[in-house]
Amino acid sequence: MADALAVTAPEAVVPAALELRDVHKSFGATSIIRGVSLSVPRGERHAIIGPNGAGKSTLFNLVSGRLRPTRGSIRLEGQEIAGKRAFRIARRGLARSFQVTNIFPRLTVYENIRCSVLWSLGYRYDFWRRIDRLRDANERAEHTLEQIHLAGRRDALAGVLTYAEQRALEIGITIAGGARVILLDEPTAGMSRQEAEHTVELIRSLTRDRTLVMVEHDMGVVFGLADRISVLVYGEIIATDVPQRIRANEAVRAAYLGTVDA
Amino acid sequence: MIARARPAWWLGAAVLLAVLPWVPGLQSDFGRSLLSQMGIAAIFALSYNLLLGQTGLLSFGHAVYFGLGGYVSAHFMRAINAGLPVPIALVPVAGALAGLAFGIAFGALTTRRGGTIFALISLGVGELVHATSLMLPSFFGGEEGVTASRTKAPHPLGLDFGSQLQVYYVIAAWLLVAALLMHAFMRTPVGRLCNAVRDNPERVEFIGYNPQRVRFIVFSIAAAFAGLAGGLHAINYEIVAAEALSATRSGEVLLMVYIGGVHHFMGAILGAAAITWLQVSLSDYTTAWLLYLGLLFMGIVAFVPGGLAGLVTMHLAALRTRALAAIARAYAAALPVALLASAGAITLIEIAYRRSTQPEAGTRMKLFWIPMDTAKPWPWLAAAALLAVGAAALLRLWPRVSRAWASAGEELHGRG
Repeated sequence: MADALAVTAPEAVVPAALELRDVHKSFGATSIIRGVSLSVPRGERHAIIGPNGAGKSTLFNLVSGRLRPTRGSIRLEGQEIAGKRAFRIARRGLARSFQVTNIFPRLTVYENIRCSVLWSLGYRYDFWRRIDRLRDANERAEHTLEQIHLAGRRDALAGVLTYAEQRALEIGITIAGGARVILLDEPTAGMSRQEAEHTVELIRSLTRDRTLVMVEHDMGVVFGLADRISVLVYGEIIATDVPQRIRANEAVRAAYLGTVDA
Repeated sequence: MIARARPAWWLGAAVLLAVLPWVPGLQSDFGRSLLSQMGIAAIFALSYNLLLGQTGLLSFGHAVYFGLGGYVSAHFMRAINAGLPVPIALVPVAGALAGLAFGIAFGALTTRRGGTIFALISLGVGELVHATSLMLPSFFGGEEGVTASRTKAPHPLGLDFGSQLQVYYVIAAWLLVAALLMHAFMRTPVGRLCNAVRDNPERVEFIGYNPQRVRFIVFSIAAAFAGLAGGLHAINYEIVAAEALSATRSGEVLLMVYIGGVHHFMGAILGAAAITWLQVSLSDYTTAWLLYLGLLFMGIVAFVPGGLAGLVTMHLAALRTRALAAIARAYAAALPVALLASAGAITLIEIAYRRSTQPEAGTRMKLFWIPMDTAKPWPWLAAAALLAVGAAALLRLWPRVSRAWASAGEELHGRG
C-alpha cells in the first residue's frame, strides 16, 4: 500500500502518463464504454481486466486513435489526444500492439522493425536518403531484433513466422519506436504456459522505464506483472487498485475473478 | 522484394541495352522500332508497378499520366520546332513534369482511400480525362491528335533523330535512368513504407505514418515516370492521340505488369517486353492475337502468381538443387504433349476465327504448313482430338513435374 502511494504521489507535479476522464463510446444506441476515468502515472505497469465484452479492446482503440470517443477527455502526458488520428497519437509517444497479430506479412522481420523505428528517429516521408545508410535506424532495428530474440529470423518474411514468433514481432513493432507509453492488447493470447512466461519476461525487460497498460486474460500474467489493476465491467471501471486488494475485492470477485480463481 | 542492386548489375544492363539493336533479327529498323516500343513500355510498366506491386494500389487509369505527359511533350516539341533552343532528348523531362503535376492534382483526390475505392476512382478519372481530351481540341488536337517533328530541332552531339537507332538509344538511356531512380526510390524510407502500406495500411498509422500521405507520394512519383514514358512516346511516334490516355492503354499496362510479375522489380520490364512483342509480332501472324494474350493473362493469374519474373527466379533457384535433373526429365516428358495440346487448341481457335471473322477469305487455309478446309469436319475433329489427347496426357504427366519441384523446394528450404 505504501508502494502504491509512493508511485502515485508525484501526480500533482508531473502529469500522468495517461489520464482518461469520463470517456464514453457508443455505437448507435449501444453504449460500449460508459464513463471511464483512469489515471496511469509514469512508469507504472497497469493491467486492465474484465469479462469478455466488457469493452477492454474498445478502450484501447479509443486511447490509440483507432476509434473516436463519443465524449470525454484522454490526455497523454498532459496533452489532449481524444479523437486525434492514430498516427498523430503514435508520434506523441504512444504505441500499441494488437490482440490479433497485426504485422507486415510480406516484409522481412528486419524490415518490419526498421519501418517501425523511422518516425521516432526523425525520418519523415524521405525519398532522398537511402534507408540502408541510416545508421541510427539500422542500429536501433538490429538492437530491437535482439531484444525480441528474432535476430536469427532476420530475413524471413514475417508472414511465415510461427505464431509465437509473430507475437514477439508484434511486441517488437510496438516498442521499436521508443514510445514512452505502451499499450499491449492480450500479449500472451493463445500461448502455451511456457511461451506466456517467456513473453512476460520479454515485456518486463522491454518496458523498463516506460509506462505500460495491458489488457490480459491470463491472471498469472496480470498478477505477476502489474503494479495496479483496473477491472472493467460493462464499460465501467468498478475498481482500480494494487493486485492484492483487487484479489480481495468482493465486487471484483463477484463480477469476474470468482470464476477464474476457484 | 527489392534487392540491393550492385553497380555491376546496372553496368550489365547498360551493356545489354547498348548491344540489343545489333543482335541479328533486331538489327533492322523494324527490330529497333520494336526495341524502342519495349523501352517505352518498360518505363511505363515500372511506374505502374510502383503502385500495384509495391504499394498495392490497383489503378485502372494510369495511362492518364502517360497520355498527358505525351501531349505536353508533343506541344513542347512543337515549341522546339518553332525555334525554342532545347534538344529533343530532353523532351521527356517536360513529360515527367506534366505527369507529376497531374499526378499531384488527381492524386490528392484519388489516394485518400486504397483498395477498391481507389481502383474505382482511378477508373472514373481515366474516363473523365479521356472524355475531356475529345472536348478540348485546342490542346488535344481532336481525333487526329497532336503532331510534332523530332528532327526540326537543335542537334547537339550530332543527335538529329534521323534514324530509329538514335531514337532507340535515347529511349534506352532514359530507361536506364528511370529504372535506377525507381529502384533507388524503393530503397528510401518512404519506399519501404509503400511496402508497409501494401501489406497493412492500418498498422502503418500506429508506427506514426499517414498511409494516405504515403499513397499520395508514390502516386505522384509513379505519374511522373508515366509522363516521362509518354514523352518518349511523343518522340518515337511524333504524334500523340487520345488512344495514349485511353482505358485500353491503362488495361495494357496492368496486363504487362501482372504477366511480368508484380513481386519482382524486373517483372514489369519482362512483361512490357513480352506484351509489346506479342502486339507487334503475333498480330502479323494471326488476327486472334488478343485472344491469345487474354489466355496468357488468365493462365498467369490462375497458375503463375509470380508472373514471368517468378518463373525465372524459381528456375534460377532450382539450378542450385539436386532436383534439377528430375525437373528437366519431367519437363522433357511433358513438353511434347503440351505442344500437342497447344497445336490442337491453336488450330481450333484459328479455324473458328477464320470462319467467324473472315468469311470473305474462303474456307481453305494453311496452318502449321498443312492445308485444310474449314467447311469440312475433319480439321475440327483432328484438332479437337489433338487437344483432348494432349491435355489428358499432360494431366497424367503433371504430377511428375510437381514432385520434382516439391523435392527442389524441400532442398531449398532445408538449406534455409
